[in-house]
Amino acid sequence: MNCIIIDDEAASRAIISHFCSSFNNISVIEEFPNAIQAIKFLNQNEIDLIFLDIHMPDFNGIDFIQTLKNPPKIVLTTSDANFAIQAFEYDCIVDYLVKPIAPERFSKAITKANNLVSKSNLEDTSSSTENIETISGNDLYVNIDRRLIKIDIPSIYLVEAKGDYIQIKTENKNYTVHSTLKKIEDKLPIDLFLKVHRSFIINIKKIIDIEDNSVLIKKDVIPVSRSNRPELMKRLNLL
Amino acid sequence: MEQPNLSYINSMSGGDERFEEKLIMIIKDEFPIEKKDYYHNYKSNNFKLAAGNVHKLKHKISILGLEKSYEIAVAFENNLLKGNTNLSQEFESILINITNYLKKL
Repeated sequence: MNCIIIDDEAASRAIISHFCSSFNNISVIEEFPNAIQAIKFLNQNEIDLIFLDIHMPDFNGIDFIQTLKNPPKIVLTTSDANFAIQAFEYDCIVDYLVKPIAPERFSKAITKANNLVSKSNLEDTSSSTENIETISGNDLYVNIDRRLIKIDIPSIYLVEAKGDYIQIKTENKNYTVHSTLKKIEDKLPIDLFLKVHRSFIINIKKIIDIEDNSVLIKKDVIPVSRSNRPELMKRLNLL
Repeated sequence: MEQPNLSYINSMSGGDERFEEKLIMIIKDEFPIEKKDYYHNYKSNNFKLAAGNVHKLKHKISILGLEKSYEIAVAFENNLLKGNTNLSQEFESILINITNYLKKL
């Protein structure tokens, strides 16, 4: 699991990072003293797990969670147990650790996170099509309000993950479908579409321009993850 | 008064002495800054901000094994959030206690 640590206290970050170092399957990619810096990082990188301090000045952990469109799993860390009930209102919350964190308690949180991340990956790779039906030629059928709606695949320019839903944007209309980005990614032709970020799949033919870490498609500026940028550049007909 | 100790740090380090040294250095660096912020906000009657400083300091208090002092810090933080300064002297004694201990490390 790739993880990041967000905590305004260096001592807390050091302790969590030390705990993580005793697990072979956890890699701490970055540490952040505030949530704003972490948001910028998350726009460009895919992460499995966040250790998030709730009580931070200016922008607290709960504010941070609310800004994430498609949050990874999160383990909350805090010196204040009073936030626990509010915290579990969010599906992405795996566990809640009260400081000072005991190693045994940390270990339990990792086991929970591991199980949930594995389950989530399994769901993403399952062959179930749920609300995205079979392709017929250039068409994709999606199930919306018990009706199968036909979408012309080349007209799709963007697919965005929005919690348990995806939004499919086409030249003429936008569709919101209860499905995952992984499921539609499997249904779209790979020569035309590319996942450029954990929340976005784009139609390469519809790109208007590319900046360092983003692409412009229609009027949408879409972030490109650092890890996905080389594949994007490979797929372009560069002069 | 209870004395700060390294029992938590020793128990969570798994015997990693380099990590223990690193963590103590971080505490020695961070604690004076957090303490200064607390005194500044408290003296300026910014009790909500001071409560935030106490919140941060109470983690250091717990890392240094000060269980009773931690309870005082929790109560003082709650007081400050209500604009009440009760327990300020007790809390500031804890800060002095830790300051003296860190000087010896």
